[in-house]
Parts: sequence; structure tokens; C-alpha cells
Amino acid sequence: MTTEAGSETEVKEKAEESAAPPDQSEKATEDSQEVANAEGEEKEKEKVKEKEGKEGKGISRYLPTWLKKQKSQSQTSPTKEVPPTEEAVSKVTQEEEEPVPEVNGHADEVEEKEEVKSDQVKEKEAESHSNASADTEPAKEEKLEESAEKTSEDTKKTTEGERAEEEKKEQEGEAEAEGEGGEGQTSIFQSPLRLVRKNKMKLVVCHVTLMDGTDFTCEVEKRAKGQYLFFKVCDHLNLMEKDYFGLTYTDSHEQKCWLDPTKEIKRQIRSNNWQFAFNVKFYPPDPSLLTEDITRYLLCLQLREDVASGRLPCSFVTHALLGSYTLQAEFGDFEPDQPRPLDYIGQLTFAPNQNKEMEEKIFELHKSHRGMTPAQADAQFLENAKKLSMYGVDLHHAKDSEGVDIMLGVCANGLLVYKDRLRINRFAWPKILKISYKRNNFYIKIRPGETEQFESTVGFKLQNHRSAKRLWKVCVENHSFFRLNAPEPPAKARFLTLGSKFRYSGRTQAQSRMASSLIDRPAPNFERTSSKRISRSLDGAPMISITEAGRDTAENGREPHLELHSDSKVKEVDLNPGDVEAMPSQQSPGCSELTLSQDHDKTQDDVLKHQASISQLKRSFMEAPPPSPPQPNQWEKRLTSSPAPTIRFQQQQVVNVPQTEAATADNTISDTKEPAKPPVVKTEMVTISDTFAAQKTEIATKEVPIVHTETKTITYEAAQLDGNGDGEPGVLMTAQTITSESLCTTTTTHITKTLKGGLSETRIEKRIVITGDCDIDHDQALAQAIKEAKEQHPDMSVTRVVVHKETELAEEED
Amino acid sequence: MAGLMAGFGHYTHAVVRGIPASLAKEALRSSQAEVNLAKARGEHEAYVEVLRTRLGLEVVELPADESLPDCVFVEDAAVVCGDTALITRPGAESRRREKEAMEAALKDLNLNLVEMTDETATLDGGDVLFTGREFFVGLSKRTNQRGAEILADAFKDYAVSTVPVLEGLHLKSFCSMGGPGLIVIGSSEPAQKTLKVFEKLKDHMLIPVSNLEKVKLDGALTCCSVLINKKANI
Repeated sequence: MTTEAGSETEVKEKAEESAAPPDQSEKATEDSQEVANAEGEEKEKEKVKEKEGKEGKGISRYLPTWLKKQKSQSQTSPTKEVPPTEEAVSKVTQEEEEPVPEVNGHADEVEEKEEVKSDQVKEKEAESHSNASADTEPAKEEKLEESAEKTSEDTKKTTEGERAEEEKKEQEGEAEAEGEGGEGQTSIFQSPLRLVRKNKMKLVVCHVTLMDGTDFTCEVEKRAKGQYLFFKVCDHLNLMEKDYFGLTYTDSHEQKCWLDPTKEIKRQIRSNNWQFAFNVKFYPPDPSLLTEDITRYLLCLQLREDVASGRLPCSFVTHALLGSYTLQAEFGDFEPDQPRPLDYIGQLTFAPNQNKEMEEKIFELHKSHRGMTPAQADAQFLENAKKLSMYGVDLHHAKDSEGVDIMLGVCANGLLVYKDRLRINRFAWPKILKISYKRNNFYIKIRPGETEQFESTVGFKLQNHRSAKRLWKVCVENHSFFRLNAPEPPAKARFLTLGSKFRYSGRTQAQSRMASSLIDRPAPNFERTSSKRISRSLDGAPMISITEAGRDTAENGREPHLELHSDSKVKEVDLNPGDVEAMPSQQSPGCSELTLSQDHDKTQDDVLKHQASISQLKRSFMEAPPPSPPQPNQWEKRLTSSPAPTIRFQQQQVVNVPQTEAATADNTISDTKEPAKPPVVKTEMVTISDTFAAQKTEIATKEVPIVHTETKTITYEAAQLDGNGDGEPGVLMTAQTITSESLCTTTTTHITKTLKGGLSETRIEKRIVITGDCDIDHDQALAQAIKEAKEQHPDMSVTRVVVHKETELAEEED
Repeated sequence: MAGLMAGFGHYTHAVVRGIPASLAKEALRSSQAEVNLAKARGEHEAYVEVLRTRLGLEVVELPADESLPDCVFVEDAAVVCGDTALITRPGAESRRREKEAMEAALKDLNLNLVEMTDETATLDGGDVLFTGREFFVGLSKRTNQRGAEILADAFKDYAVSTVPVLEGLHLKSFCSMGGPGLIVIGSSEPAQKTLKVFEKLKDHMLIPVSNLEKVKLDGALTCCSVLINKKANI
């Protein structure tokens, strides 16, 4: 088993313990200096402290817990440190009396604090280490901008004629209101004291640039969290499969950052520039698995932009091909009778270095797409785009240990290392045990290879601390999204803990697919960019809408079943260490996900819970407790005992049954089985259902009593997510069938290896047919078979057992 | 419909070149083996015949050039993938002029030509292994990093990874595509080291088979033709 804790991919930030204590004093002086400055202007005080809250936090980590707790509660209220003003001090005492719930927000603060702190560390280092000078600058910049910001806000404040105290109250009121908004996390803002104060709410106008280039403007409360704005945008777009998307903002260093949905917007943007962009955050490796066309359309928009900007490099032909699908999707069939719409192609950018030749090529290819609906053209676009080597790769500038410029690319499969345009290394997620960052260094700990004994750590130098952290965050998020079934819960905030508590907070791909499989709405109508630009609308053509709607409904109807499996696929692959040896590729699953599979049940919808409870029961029934992780590699076992029929006959039967089972969950097996067995008169089927009550169904069939037999089928399903590959698109890598026969048993082993969505999966199906006149202890035979299977493949687990018993009924014999 | 990926193993054309008399004496080699010109020509004829009749490829035969003793090894002069052809800058100075005839032939096939103009870049096609989904470029005596970079620029759709070539002349001296998703690789120690890098870098499923005895000469079968998959409508 590969479930040792050590093999988990930890995504922990390295604590900066060593660096922290020595520079504490320095920081303290720094703090007091700034505070002193602030003291000069009584009015500004609040603001200043608010801005400097993080500096204050540096100290707060050494304060007793009770003080810390109350701070986490009052988030941006100016009590982060013990301030030298009466006003704030009184505030502190007020708040001390409040009930103090433990919150996540606390963790956030720790993280923020840490970030700033190490910036300061760097600053300090600059004095002694010359090579740290590069780092110093950004840190200073930050300060400068902060003060600039301060001033601007101050001016505003003066014009508004607001008193600092009022402002404070107001903010708290907002926080309170937000708490009422229903996000469990924010409920901490509700305290009796604040309820009293709450009355005014400050609204801010947010500008969000959408992927079609249009702007979406909305008002949010000043203290709203990222999520609130994100959901507003998704609502506006009518988007349900949200999890692949996110909002970005540009920070004070001109860096694009993802807006954390769980944190206040204001505290992230740290400026008055409420300008955001809606973008794809996680590029689905197989866009065809998305449920809705609108999601695919939005992904197309992002990719068009990626391609046109050169972020996603592609060859001339690919540029032309993608461009031609864009034309088809936006403008419909090429119409020869109309003058060439060169004017509209001129407005569209398909490639960074678009020229006449390319446009000609695009037209030429566009002609060949005749009859394609916009949705089909989008799908084709995505099919081609997803194969590009840089699809979904998020690049970060870095240097290797020798100071050579490289690029680190984060993607669904792992971490890629590029030097110029060449890939010089890659670390698949399963190969990575741990990712961390310390100052401007980014580290990955590598799982030892087959021949190596020890783990190794690879380090990269980033431009500064912030970029190291950003890279680390992106890695955490990508790993969680693509590799885990459920996000890791953020570590509990403890007193004096060091390091970031940041974890991916959204849904994982597995969860997202699960959720989108439950989408039950008619395909939404959406406006394409062309309809905005050009009056002629192709989406409006009734015939197209009908087919599309039809297709969608079918898809939606089919999905739940499929998606369940596809989920289980992910898991199956992830959890199956057998694959590691079988296919030493990046697709080989890691063990990092093992511990999370348990959480899966909790976080899934009812359907899954239902499934899970079934499997739980069955698991216990089988007395084959999956040691720690349920490893749902499919095992199918069949013990058949029948005196009369030949082996061949039984095998036929055996072949029939799985088909039925594959298609249905439980109870429907009986009928389908009958035709294959002409001599059967009486059939008894026992299925262990979720209620764990064995249901007995007797079906009388033909009265052709040649030989009377009794058939009994028992199905045990171990995994909540049993992977039936039916309909799941995947590439079959290998398939082999091994048959071995002994005196009274026939064992058929069917091994298939498939590649699905970048993941490989090994599935072994074993059929054992036992024939004999003697009395066989079936339970024992079953137990023996399971035991053997486990011994033979210790790293796989039994997910399904089907017992099919056929006995001749002697008393009914003529 | 023209797909994005050129795929592996589907070719329509082959460019080959005759064997000049100078091959026997002047062609570059790392061993001292005697070369029987007549025999070599006989072998080559048979080889071209297989391409033509057994594989049904349209064979473009370029005439031999006496001043270019190595010109039969056309693989090194160009890398073709999809409808893009990269005219290489071979690592051996004496072979640089081989590209002229190749360039003309590829132009006639309406391929998009990309020239390697950088004076610091060298690349032999023999160091380029295309798996159908991605490229591996062997960094060898004949191919350098810059050459690989230019190749990556020419074939932007694909991931281009570099692997070390620790023995032999070219990457494809000890490994070759055995079929879709199958790399056949020699069992010598340097070859195995390269295999390790393959395993680490590859994007897609590859099954390395380590049973190929090292080829006696520096050349492998792939080096005597440039295979092209030319689609009708692109």
C-alpha cells in the first residue's frame, strides 16, 4: 500500500522560522516609525493603520492568543496593533469584551503577515547580501505606493467630510451586512456591538472586463469578498460551470493576480482600482467533457485571445484552422455570393502576426466547415486547441540553481521547465511530494524514482518573494483542482503557526464535473460576439437552435451516469499505484490523493452520498475493508457453481451478465439474463441494495423443463464510484485476456489499460467459473477468490464482486 | 479535414537521394569500416523500392552530388512535420550545401519552408525524433541547443524536449519510433541514460523497447529518406 503519510503531496509553505526572530526588533522599529509618522495627522490615523495593519500583524504573532483572536475578528478595523492613540485603544477594550469565535480569516492574516514580513526580511538582508538588492526594490515600491494610496484616500475622505471614527463604524457595518449575506465564514462579523453601529453601507463600482472584450459593471459592498463579485459576473454570463474560471486584478506591481474568492476584494487589490478581468483559470484538459455549450464558448473566447496574443503559440496552419472555426462559430457558413467579408476579418485578430496569406487560408478552411453549428465549430476549435503543447500552461519567469533563465509552466499535469522554447524538464504532480517557497525561492520535493533511495529537492529562484508565492499558490490550486477529489481543508489556525494557510478553496475538477452533471436546464441562449458586432445572427436560425437544444438535453440526461464514472476514473487512476509501475509516465497516479477520497463522500451531492452509503455497506459486507483508501479498481469476480452445464455454457452466461451490470446499477439483471439460458426455469436474484436488504425476486419463465436450475446473482460493489468506462471517451492502450483452466475452475482475466483525459487507468476483471458436482462452500470460495486477488495485486482494490450461482434443482427433475 | 496533428506513420511522399561515388572514401564516419560502393548502391535501390512499391509512397529522387559525399543521408537536411519543413543547418560543415537540392524539392511539394539562418545553430535531422505528439531533439556532436530552439519555433504546436546524446552520432542512431507510441531504444548504457530522460519528459504514452542491438554503422534506416505526409487540401 502506498498510503504512508510521507508520500502525500504536501503543499506547505516553508516556515520562515529561522528568519523571523532576528529581524523582529528591526521590524518593530520600522513599525513604530511609521506609526509615528501617522501620528502627525490625526485624521489619517485610522487609514494608515488600516494600510499598515499587516506590519502590525508582524508583531501580533507574538501577542497572546486572546488578542490575536479578537483581531482576526475585526479584520480591517484599526486595532491590529496596540496603537498610541486613545481612540483606538478604547476600541481595543471594546472589542475585547466581544465573544470571540475562531475563524479562517485568522489564517489569512497569518499569511498576509508572513508575506509582508519576509519582504521586510529581504529588505534587511539587502544590507548584508548584495544579491538581495533586487528584492528590496519591490518591497520599497510597495511602501511608496501605499503611502500614495493613503494620500489619495485621505483627500477623498476630507472631501467627503467624514470623520475617521465614522468611517470605522461604517466599515464594520458593511462587514456585518456581509456576514448576513449568508456566507458561513463571514458570520464572525456579527457581533452585538456592531449590529448597533451598522447603518451605512459603502458601495463600490467594479469594472470587469469579460472575455469578449465587453465591460461588465456592478456595485458591490466595499467589504465584499471575491466570491460575491465572481458570482455576480457568472450570473451575468449565465454560466453554471464556474469552476474553471476566475477573476484577475492587476496588483501594484503590474502583476496579474487571481482574486481569492474567500477574501475581501478590498484587501486583495489594495488600491482604489476596482478593475478586474474574467478569465479561464483552469483549462480543462478535455473540453468535450464540459456539460454546457456556453462554457465551451467562454473557453473558446479565452483561447482565441490566448492564441491571438501569442500566449498560446501555434503554427501557421493551426492559426488558420482555429481562425476558420472562429469564423464558422461567429458568422456561420461561408457565403460565396456575398462579397468576402474582408472587412470583418480585418477586425478580428487570429494570430500575433496575422497577414493576408493567413487570412486567405482561414477563408479557404472556413469554406470546408459548411453546415457546422456554432457549438460544433467551438467544439472543433477546442479539440484542436487542447492538443497544443502550451494549452493551459501558466508560465512563470524563474532562474534555475545556476542562475540560468528558465520558465516554469504550471498545468493540469504538473510542472514543466522550459529554457527558451525547449522543454528541459517536467515534474508530473504524482512525482512531486511537496511544494514550498521561502523568500524568493520555490522548491519542489521529488518522489524518489525506482532506482533512487532518497527524495530530492529542486529549487528555483523567482524574481522576488511575491512571485515565488504567486507561483506556489498557482501550483497549490492547479494540483488541487486537477488531482484531488476534494480540496484540502485549510490548516487550522494555531497560535504562532508559521507559513501560509492558503489552500485551494473552490471545487475541484472532479467535483465540478459532478456538479455540472446535475445541471438540468435547457441549453441557455447566449449572444456570441458576432451578434454584437454584426446584425446577422446565426444562432437565431431556428433549425440550429433545435438541434442544439436536442443535443444538449440528451447530453444532460446522459451525463449524470457518465460523469459519475468519469469521476471515478480520476480517482481510480489516482489511487492506483499499480499503474506507477505499469506505466512509468506522468500519467501514473500519485498517492497524494489517497487520503482525500474519504472527504469526497462528504462533499458530494446526494446522489453520491447515496452511492457511498451503498458502497459502505457492501464494503463491510465483503469484509474487505480498504485499508485506508478505497481503491476502486474494478475487480469482477464470479463464482458459479453448477453441476450440469458445461463450462462453455457458463461462460456464455458470464459474458452476458456484465453487460447488464454495466448498464444498470442493481436490480435489473434478472430479465436480461434469461434468454441466454434456455433451460432455466426458476431464477432467483439477490441483490444487495443500499438498504442492505437482500431482495428476492422470483421470475418464472418458460415451461420447458429440461433441466431445472436455480440462478442466483449477488452483486457487491465496493466503491462508491465504480468505474464503468461505457461511453467515457478514452484511448484504449492495451487489452489482454488471459484464461487459465484447472480441473473444475476456469479463470478469465481481462486487463485493460486506457488513457482518459490525460490519465491512465488499469482495470482488471477476473472471472472465475467453478464447476463441480460436489457441494461447494460458496462463501468460502468467494472469500478465497477475493483473498487471492488481493494477494496478486496488493496495490489494487476490489471494487465489485458479482456472484452468480446456478444450481440444478434435483427435486424438479423429471 | 485537415487536422492539427500530423500524426505518426502516415506519409504520402518520400524524398531520397542517390549515392555519390565519393561516399566510399569521403563520407564522414566514426568507424574505419570499408564501404563497398556497389553494395551500398544496391542496398539503397532496394530501400527506395520498398518505399515506392511496398509502402506506396510517392518517391522524389534527388540526384547524387559528388561534391557532397554524405548527401544520401537526406534525413539530416530537413525536418518535415505537417506542412512545415525546416531546412536544417547540419552540424558538419561539409554537409551544409546538401540543403539546396532538398529545399527545391520541398518547395515543389508546396510545403511551408522554414530556414535555419542563425549562424550559431546546428541541427541534424538525425537528432530529431517525432513521436506523433511531440518532438525530442538529441543534443549531440551535430546538434546544439540553438538548433533545437529554432526547431521549436518552427513547430510551435508541439512540445519540443531536448535529450542528451551521449554516444553515437545521432539520437536516432540508437533509438527510433517503432510505431505509434513506441520508441525502440538501444540497450547500451548511454542509450539507457537517454531513455531515462525520455521517460521524464514525454507528454504522451510511449513504450520504450530496449532490445535493439546497436547498429554497426552510424546510420539507421530512417536516415535515408524524408517522409512527408501531404494532405490534399492543405
